[in-house]
Amino acid sequence: MHPAPGSSAIKCRALVKRYKDVVAVAGLDLEVSSGECFGLLGPNGAGKTTTVEMVEGLVPPDGGDIEVLGMRWDLDERALRQRLGVALQETRLADRLTVEEIIRLFRSFYRTGHAVDEVLDVVELREKRSAWVEKLSGGQRQRLAIACALVGDPDILFLDEPTTGLDPQSRRQLWEVVASFKRGGGTVVLTTHYMEEAERLCDRVAVMDHGRVIALGSPRQLIASLGADHIVEFAVGDGPEPLPEAALAALPGVKAARRDGPRYSLTVTEAHRAVPALMVELERRGAGMTELVTHHATLEDLFLSLTGRHLRDT
Amino acid sequence: MGESSPLLQLTVARLREQLRQPKVLFWVFAFPLLLAVALGLAFRNRPPDVIRVGVEQGGGADSLAYFLGRTRGLKVAVLASRQAEQELRTGRIAIVVVPGDPIVYRFDSTRSESRLARLAADDALQQALGRRDVRATADHKVTEKGSRYIDFLIPGLLGLNLMGTGMWGMGYAVVDARRRKLLKRLLASPMQRSQYLLSFIVARLAMLGPEVALLVGFGMVAFGVPLRGSVASLALITLIGAMCFAGMGLLTASRAQTVETASGLMNLVMLPMWVLSGVFFSSANFPAAMQPLIKALPLTALNDALRGVMIDGASLAAVAAPVAICAAWGALSFAVALGIFRWR
Repeated sequence: MHPAPGSSAIKCRALVKRYKDVVAVAGLDLEVSSGECFGLLGPNGAGKTTTVEMVEGLVPPDGGDIEVLGMRWDLDERALRQRLGVALQETRLADRLTVEEIIRLFRSFYRTGHAVDEVLDVVELREKRSAWVEKLSGGQRQRLAIACALVGDPDILFLDEPTTGLDPQSRRQLWEVVASFKRGGGTVVLTTHYMEEAERLCDRVAVMDHGRVIALGSPRQLIASLGADHIVEFAVGDGPEPLPEAALAALPGVKAARRDGPRYSLTVTEAHRAVPALMVELERRGAGMTELVTHHATLEDLFLSLTGRHLRDT
Repeated sequence: MGESSPLLQLTVARLREQLRQPKVLFWVFAFPLLLAVALGLAFRNRPPDVIRVGVEQGGGADSLAYFLGRTRGLKVAVLASRQAEQELRTGRIAIVVVPGDPIVYRFDSTRSESRLARLAADDALQQALGRRDVRATADHKVTEKGSRYIDFLIPGLLGLNLMGTGMWGMGYAVVDARRRKLLKRLLASPMQRSQYLLSFIVARLAMLGPEVALLVGFGMVAFGVPLRGSVASLALITLIGAMCFAGMGLLTASRAQTVETASGLMNLVMLPMWVLSGVFFSSANFPAAMQPLIKALPLTALNDALRGVMIDGASLAAVAAPVAICAAWGALSFAVALGIFRWR
């Protein structure tokens, strides 16, 4: 039985973590409700992993409070560990144990939990049950890592960059595992630097940068906060001097404009008005367009508008 | 069926991991046997060397050569005077017998081989020329088991193997798990840390029996190396030795982040003992000033105790001192290792 949906699963206040002279997490507040899938989205080095590892009780914070399932790490570690499932970033499990042996090993640590066969089915590794870990593909290894996290029937599942480096198909397979855990009432906390992953899986997303939360809300709310649905990206050829951002932002239907070398990005409320106006403006300035792309606004665009950087810059 | 003791699961996992790696099996089981065979052959006991005797040409040389040639262990050649001189000088013959009256033995009295040749040749000639022994004597030749090189070697190899397996088995696996972040992952589960470390010890003990039995058994069957003390004493000593080096392995692995660091540390600890601790040759060969230090090394202590029990048939009480040294190293290592152990 998972805790009632909506009750508080995780509460963090003013979390701080420093490594030597680097501040990894700079005063972070976080609240996750039971039954929701909560995402920490941000580029590498934003402090996502440090944050989840503090919540997981693996890294002691330098300041602030953490409460997980109403318990605290310093008082209730033993009981708390029984109720969490964790998949760390890049854990390499023993090479020469089989899938089944590893899951059985992790099962033995929990007082209650799922049968090994059940978990094998959930992560679709039944055919690989007798294969050594070293023979598994990247996606299979990740699903095994999640199987180890699920086998104790946790209330909260922590996934740190679960799909980094995986091909699209493996990624979707993994998303399905997470979604089914959530359908069963489980709470999920995941970190990612893939905006698509956050949009697909998460009920709420905290966008992180430099150890702080710079935006928080559902993916829909966050994208809506851009005030525009579309992004128009274009490039101009070896024309005259750069186009002024202010002039572009003043075009009808355009909310904001940004230049990055020869490339421009417009945040647009009405693409059908903005694009013709843009054509006229370019013609007037004698600039030849070499490329034009429009797409629905994403969390990536939000991050870009908040920080001026791309999620995957680093 | 899914539920099972974590200690059992951890131990079984540890054993499986080891047994599924051919290199582990090689180093633990095959390597000491190969070493025993190679060294056993190289240093096998040979029959005494033949002594070469030259007889200088001259009257009566042939009959002297005949008498000497009949004698077991002597090889005789009749040589011209000049050649005999030269062969004596270069050590190709040990002695020159010059016929005449008196018969002259020409030899270098500082060479033990030549002195031996003088005795053997004189004895042979005197007997052949009619000397009678005044008292009957009999030879009883002894090639006693327990005093050969292989008898010295096998307990040493056993000690060496207990050291290597203990240190690598513990140290390498722990550092490897840390490097893979497997330690951290286990820490994130409800696993009890003590059970993880305990599983290594239990797995080590499970390997210990076959490992000791194989080497000792091989020594007995192939070379007739005795086990004169009690099996129980041997078992207890190997147990303490294994734990001692498991502790030292854990200590070297307690903080290292990479396998390279740990390997370096372990070699730093083990190499001096390979040389100093009386594995291949007696540690008594080192200067007296070094002896207290050498005696205090855990492998020296273990080897002394193993040789005492296997070869001298000593009781446990008689080897209490080296066993205590071993146990102390183990206890100290475990205590420090657990104090400074790094899980991440």
